[in-house]
Amino acid sequence: MGAAAVEVEGLYARYAASPDWVLRGVNLEVRRGEMLVLMGPSGCGKSTLLNVMAGLMPSIIPGRVEGRVVVDGVDVLREGWRGLVGRVGIAYQNPEVQVITRSVYEELAMAPENLGLPREEVVRRVEWALDAMGLRGYEHRDPQALSGGEKQLVAIASVLTMRPRILLLDEPTSMLDHRGTRMVLEAIASLKERAGLTVIVAEHRVEWAVEVADRVAVMCDGRIVLEGTPEEVFSRVEEVRSLGVRPPGVAEVAYELARMGLETRVPVRLGDAVRVFRGAGL
Amino acid sequence: MIVFEAVSYTYPGGVRAIKSVSLEIRGGEFVGLIGHSGAGKTTLAKLAVGLLKPQEGRVLVDGVDTRRAAVSDLARRVGYVFQNPDLMLFSRTIFDEVAFGLRNLGVPEGEVRERVLRALEEVDLAHKPLDTPPHALSFGERHRLAIASVLAMEPMAIILDEPTTGLDYGRCLKLFEVLRRVRDSGRAVVLITHDLDLLARYADRVVVLEAGRVVRDGPARSVLGDVEFLREHGFIPTQVVMLSRELGLSALTPREAALEIRARLARAGENA
Repeated sequence: MGAAAVEVEGLYARYAASPDWVLRGVNLEVRRGEMLVLMGPSGCGKSTLLNVMAGLMPSIIPGRVEGRVVVDGVDVLREGWRGLVGRVGIAYQNPEVQVITRSVYEELAMAPENLGLPREEVVRRVEWALDAMGLRGYEHRDPQALSGGEKQLVAIASVLTMRPRILLLDEPTSMLDHRGTRMVLEAIASLKERAGLTVIVAEHRVEWAVEVADRVAVMCDGRIVLEGTPEEVFSRVEEVRSLGVRPPGVAEVAYELARMGLETRVPVRLGDAVRVFRGAGL
Repeated sequence: MIVFEAVSYTYPGGVRAIKSVSLEIRGGEFVGLIGHSGAGKTTLAKLAVGLLKPQEGRVLVDGVDTRRAAVSDLARRVGYVFQNPDLMLFSRTIFDEVAFGLRNLGVPEGEVRERVLRALEEVDLAHKPLDTPPHALSFGERHRLAIASVLAMEPMAIILDEPTTGLDYGRCLKLFEVLRRVRDSGRAVVLITHDLDLLARYADRVVVLEAGRVVRDGPARSVLGDVEFLREHGFIPTQVVMLSRELGLSALTPREAALEIRARLARAGENA
């Protein structure tokens, strides 16, 4: 098994109902323990790419997929989602449709119980997932009565009970308010730190993404068109903007300064920006 | 233009969604309405367009008490764009879609055509053939079509409920440019959103709703630049606002920050 958690080569995908390829030659390698943030305008193929990596397409979501996709050592297109059980977990943007039972504890116990795991192992996994998502104290709460952000934490925690090594998240904050967004983003960041998971997340909140991402990939028209560290990607302010992606505010400040003839290094994180602009003589 | 006088609203189930809100929206104003889920933002919008009537206090639209006016009459004065444009679109062509409300009002067909074309122009859809079916448009275009059908009624105010959900940044900017032009023409724009970055660039004023009450109402600069207030109320300040605070600037947008930094560097150069 190589060092890569995910290897994608020449990936093409289309849904049964779509007239054209939605993914048109995606190449991507994600290293173990890395956090990759996928960005790009609506319809660029982010969700489709996640669905293929999760083994859902074409096994469960009908469509045609060509190319090579190896996830945690499993050739996904040959083995389908069954080969990925316990290796990959995916959570979506709308927590309302992902939460189904009457208590948080039951919700988290459901998947490991369905795997037929012994009672002690189910308990161990539920406890771990509760801790990982900061849900201690929520065990007996009714998931339906939780806020959107809390529901999303429960949805991600229930994915974690399968003990995946790779976690895929499709716009987990897009339906949440600021409180919920902050809650979920902080949990994801700490998850990566504490659990050493590989995390691939489609997320449009760029100012957060740059704080936690090891790498950023920007998609457009079914391809990855920009890829690198947050600095490498977002220092290209004009290019990022032309792709319909919002650059971090501090990178735009440097861009505006450059247009006024004051070239500085282009920061992407708040801390860097303070250093760069102070260093410039402020 | 739209005046809330000590307005309270309780839903039939007993939830008191709006609690004694007083507020005045003026023409030529771009107002951002922010608040967490359940704060009462959508209820406030529905009260403003007469879809809901207050149990206490009153809402005046262009001087007319919403309790005494028909929704169709109010629709000419203030337009409401739903969060999901597909809830508003039902015609076979984009022309019929925008013409629908006007024909309902009995506007002569010649004038209907004129107003439809003007509205499509305003939202940057004038290049589409008039017989294009609405469902053939992209999500962003359908959203702008919904706005066009509201603008065709020539309201004095337009209220949009989370119009940026599902739109990527490029399409958001396009939408906000359209709304800025609406504001510049003297009409009021009220926008419900979580996007403080776009509000920083476009809004004149920001109203913060919390548990049915207005907890802050002021110029965008004073509200969005108040990091302590935002944090205390659970909002995430923008990166540029945080940068301004760290460097002692007063900028709200990247351009303002760059101008301030340049001015400071110039002064530092003179003193050196």
